[in-house]
Amino acid sequence: MKRIVSLNINGKPVEDAIADNLLLIEYLRETRRLTGTKQGCDGGECGACTVLINGRPRLACITLASTCDGAKIETIEGQGEGGRLSALQRAFHENLGTQCGFCTPGMIMASEGLLRQNPDPDDAEIKAALGGNICRCTGYVKIIKSVRAAAQQSAGAA
Amino acid sequence: MSANLPEFNLVKPSSIAEALAAFRDQPHAKFCAGGTDLIPNMRHGLFEVETLIDLGQIVGFDAVTINGADIELGAGISLSKLVGRADIRERFPAIVKACEKVAGLSHREAATLGGNLCLETRCLYYNQSEWWRKSNDYCLKYQGDICHVAPRGNRCRAAFCGDLAPAFMVHRAEVELVSLNGARRLPLADLYVEDGAAHLALQPGEILASVHLPAARARSTYGKICQRGAIDFPQAGVAVSCRKEAGVLQFELAFTGTNSKPILLEYREPLGPKTDADSYFEALEKQVQKSVSPQRTTTTAPHYRRLAVAALAVRLARGLV
Repeated sequence: MKRIVSLNINGKPVEDAIADNLLLIEYLRETRRLTGTKQGCDGGECGACTVLINGRPRLACITLASTCDGAKIETIEGQGEGGRLSALQRAFHENLGTQCGFCTPGMIMASEGLLRQNPDPDDAEIKAALGGNICRCTGYVKIIKSVRAAAQQSAGAA
Repeated sequence: MSANLPEFNLVKPSSIAEALAAFRDQPHAKFCAGGTDLIPNMRHGLFEVETLIDLGQIVGFDAVTINGADIELGAGISLSKLVGRADIRERFPAIVKACEKVAGLSHREAATLGGNLCLETRCLYYNQSEWWRKSNDYCLKYQGDICHVAPRGNRCRAAFCGDLAPAFMVHRAEVELVSLNGARRLPLADLYVEDGAAHLALQPGEILASVHLPAARARSTYGKICQRGAIDFPQAGVAVSCRKEAGVLQFELAFTGTNSKPILLEYREPLGPKTDADSYFEALEKQVQKSVSPQRTTTTAPHYRRLAVAALAVRLARGLV
C-alpha cells in the first residue's frame, strides 16, 4: 500500500506517495536521487547511511520512509551552502578525514548531530558519537581530528 | 541482505486502544516500535508479515510518570531519552550504563525500551541469510526440525541478548502488559520463558505498555563482554545491584546473552564487616558459573563465556562495595 507522506528534505518541503515497505535509504537514493547517502552494510551495522531526522542521527537503511511523515530530514547534500563546504566538510577535507569517501557522508552527518548537541566535544565524546560508523580506510585518527577541527573552527567563528 | 523489504501493510495507530483493535482485525500482524532489530530481521527473511503495527506514533507511549517515589516509563521511550534523564542516572545507574552499551548512538535514537525488553533471541544458526539457513536445513526456531546448537534437545537454545532486561531486573522492575482483555502487571523476570523460539510470556495481541521502577534505592552497574565496543550484542552481560540491609550488603545479579531468557540471581549471602571478602567473592563467582548456561549460539566458546561473565560479575560487585 502507498500513502501520501509529507517531508522536509534539506529545507525543501516535499510530498510523495510512499509504499509502506519502502526504506528511507531507498526513498532518498532512488526516488529523490540524493545518492550522497550511502548504502553500506544495509543492515544497521556500518553507519554509512546516517542522516539527520529532526536533528538527530538515524540510520536510513533500517528506517521505514512512511514512518517519517512530517519529519525534517537532512542529508549530506544539504550541508554545504551556496557552493561552499560546511565547516565539517571542510575540516574532513583539510585534515584528510576522507580517503575512499564511502563512509564520509555518514561520518559527517553523525558528527553534525553531535556538534549541534555538544559544540565542544572531547575525543571520548567524538568516539562515542561515531561508534556506530565504520571506516575501512583511515583508521579513525584523522576522522576524530577532523571533527575536533570543525568544532574549534566553529568556536572561533562564533 | 535482500535489497527490498517484502510487501506489507503498515498500520499507524495513535493510541494503545487503536493498536489492540488493529491486532484484533489482523491477528497475524506484528508490533513494531523503533524497528532497529525487527527491520534487519525482516530483511534477512527471518519472518514474514502481512501487517506491521507501528507503535511509534502512539501519543504518550514515551511518557515518564512520577508517582511519588515510583517511576513509570512508557515502553516507547527511546534509549537516548532514557540516557538523558538525570533521575534515572542518579537512582538506577545500571539502566543508564546498559542503555549506553546498546548498539550505536543512531540506533539508540530510534530503539525503544519496550523493543529492547522484547528483543528477539539470537543464534549463530538463526541470524543468517536465507541461503545460509536453507543450506543448513533451517533450525528449530524457523522452519527446521532440529536445534543445531543442541541437536539432541527438544527446544531452541537461541540466546536472549537484550542489554536492558538485566539492569531493570536488579532494580526489581515490573512491567505492565495490556490487551483487549485488560491489563496485568508482573515482575520483569516473569516476562521471560527459557525457550529461544518463544521466549516471551506475552499473549497474542498483548503489548508491553510500561515499566515500573520502585522507590527502593540500590547501587548498581552493568557490564558486557562483546567483540566490538559499539554495535554489538553481548556475548554475555551482567547487571549487579547492591543493597545495605541491617548493616550487611546483599547482591542481586542478572545475566543476558547466556540463556534463552535473562537470568536473575538473588544472592542472599550477606557481606558484613567481618566477612572474608576474598572467600565471599570466590563463592559468588562459583554461584554465577552454576547459574548461567551459555550455549554454542555465538562464535565465542560457551565455557569461556561462562568463566568470563562470572569474573565480570565479581569485578562489578567488588566495585559496588
